[in-house]
Amino acid sequence: MSELRAPGTLRAAWLVARKDLTIEFRTRTAFFSALVFAVLALCIFYFAWDESIVPPVALAPGVLWVVLTFSALLGLQRSFGLEEHDRGIDALLVSPVSRESIYLGKAIGNLLFLSAVQVVTIPALAVFYNVPMGRQWAVVTGVVVLAMIGIVAVGTLFSAMAVNTRLAELLLPMLSLPFFVPVLMSAAQISARVLAGRPLAEAAGYMRILIGFDLVFIIACTLAFPFTLEE
Amino acid sequence: MTVPHRGTVPPHREPHALVAKPIFDWFFAVGVLAMVALYVRSLAFTPPDAMQGMAQKIYYIHIPAWLASYTAVGITALTSVVYLWLHDERADRLSEASAEIGLVFLTGGLSTGMFWGRVIWGAWWVWWDMRLTLTLFLWFVVAAYLVLRGAIEDEAMRARYSAVLAVLAALLIPFIHLSVYLFSAGMHPMPVVLQPGEPKLSPQMLVTFLFGFVAFELFCIALIRARYRYAVQRDILATLETSGDAR
Repeated sequence: MSELRAPGTLRAAWLVARKDLTIEFRTRTAFFSALVFAVLALCIFYFAWDESIVPPVALAPGVLWVVLTFSALLGLQRSFGLEEHDRGIDALLVSPVSRESIYLGKAIGNLLFLSAVQVVTIPALAVFYNVPMGRQWAVVTGVVVLAMIGIVAVGTLFSAMAVNTRLAELLLPMLSLPFFVPVLMSAAQISARVLAGRPLAEAAGYMRILIGFDLVFIIACTLAFPFTLEE
Repeated sequence: MTVPHRGTVPPHREPHALVAKPIFDWFFAVGVLAMVALYVRSLAFTPPDAMQGMAQKIYYIHIPAWLASYTAVGITALTSVVYLWLHDERADRLSEASAEIGLVFLTGGLSTGMFWGRVIWGAWWVWWDMRLTLTLFLWFVVAAYLVLRGAIEDEAMRARYSAVLAVLAALLIPFIHLSVYLFSAGMHPMPVVLQPGEPKLSPQMLVTFLFGFVAFELFCIALIRARYRYAVQRDILATLETSGDAR
C-alpha cells in the first residue's frame, strides 16, 4: 500500500493550477471569450484614432496594454468564480493543501491562462498594426511576462475577495486597476521606448519598478491570502 | 488559526441610554470655530502674495487639507494592521471612520489644487505633476476601500477584507510614487516651510499657515471622532435589532 502524504507547497500549488487548467481545457469557454475579446478590441481600437495623424505603430504599445489589462480581468474574474458553484472552495480548503498553495496555484493557473491569450494577441497586434518583428520583440515579451506576473499576483487575491461580495464582477476592476498603475505605467513606457528603437538602458528605472513590484506583491499577497478565506 | 472577530458592545450599560446621547460635541465645535477663524485670518488679515496675488490664498487651505488627508489615511493603514493582528472591532471602526474622512479631505485637496492650477499653470489638470497624479490614485484606492466595505454584509469578513486592502495599498503608494516620479518632470511648487534652512514665508503668512495646519488637523480629528461614534452607535443598534428579532 502506498503511503499517503500531503504534497509540498509548490507541488500542491501546481496541482491546484492543473485542476483549474483542466477545467478550462475541457470547456474552453473562458479562453475563447477572452481571446475573441482581445483580438476584437485590437481591431476596434485601430479606428479610435485618425490613421493619418497618428501612425498605427505608435499606437501599438498603448493598445497592447489596454487589451492585456482587460483580458486579464476577464480571466481573473473566472478564477474564483469557478469555485463558487457547489462551494468548490470548501473542498479545496479541506484538502491537505496549505492556503498559500491554493493562492499560488490559482495565480499560476491565471498566469498560464493569460499567457495563452497573449500568445495569440501579440502576433495579431504585430500584424494588424504593422509593427516590425525584430529583436525588440524578445524584450517586449519579457516585459509582458513581468507585467503579467504583477497583475496576476494582485488580481488573484482580489478575485478571491470580490466573489464573496455583493458586487462581485463590478468590484474586481475597481480594486485591481489602481494596483495595476505602477505595472502598466512602467511596462507601457518600456515597451514604447523599445519599439521606437531606443536603448533599453533608457528604461532601466521602470524595469526596476516592475521587478520590485512583482517581488513585493507576490510575497505580500501570498501572506494576505489566508485572511480572505472564511474561518 | 486566527483569533475570532471580537464584538465589543458594552454589556454593563443601558442600551437605550447609549443610542440616545446628546449630539453636541465640544471637540467638533472647536474644530469648526478654528476653521472659521482660519478663513477670516487668511482672507482678511494676511497680505496677498507678491507674485501670485489672491490665488496664493489657497495655500492656507490646500496644504493643510492635504496634510489632514494624509493623517486620516495613515490612521486607516495603521488601524488596519492592528485589526489583522488583534481582530479588535474598534480598530476596524476607526479605519472605516478615518478612510471616509480621508476621502473628504483628499477631495478638498484635489479640488482646491485644481482651482489654483487653473490660475497659475493655466490648466485644470496636468498629468505630469507627480503629487497631483499620486493623490488622484490615492483617492481611487480610498474610494475602492469604501465601496468594498459597502459590498460585504458579514462584519468580520468586511473588517478582514478591508484591512487587507488597506495594508496592500500602503505597499502600493511607494510604487505609484516612484513610477509617477519617473514619468513626470515635476512642476509642483516645492515646500516652502518644511525644507532645509529658514522658512521662505513672511512671518504673517507663516503664522496663518501654521494656524491652518492646526485648524485642519483639529477639524479632521473631530470629524473622524464623530464618524467613529456614529459607527459605534450604528453597530449597537444593529446588535439590538438582531437580538430583538431573535426574541
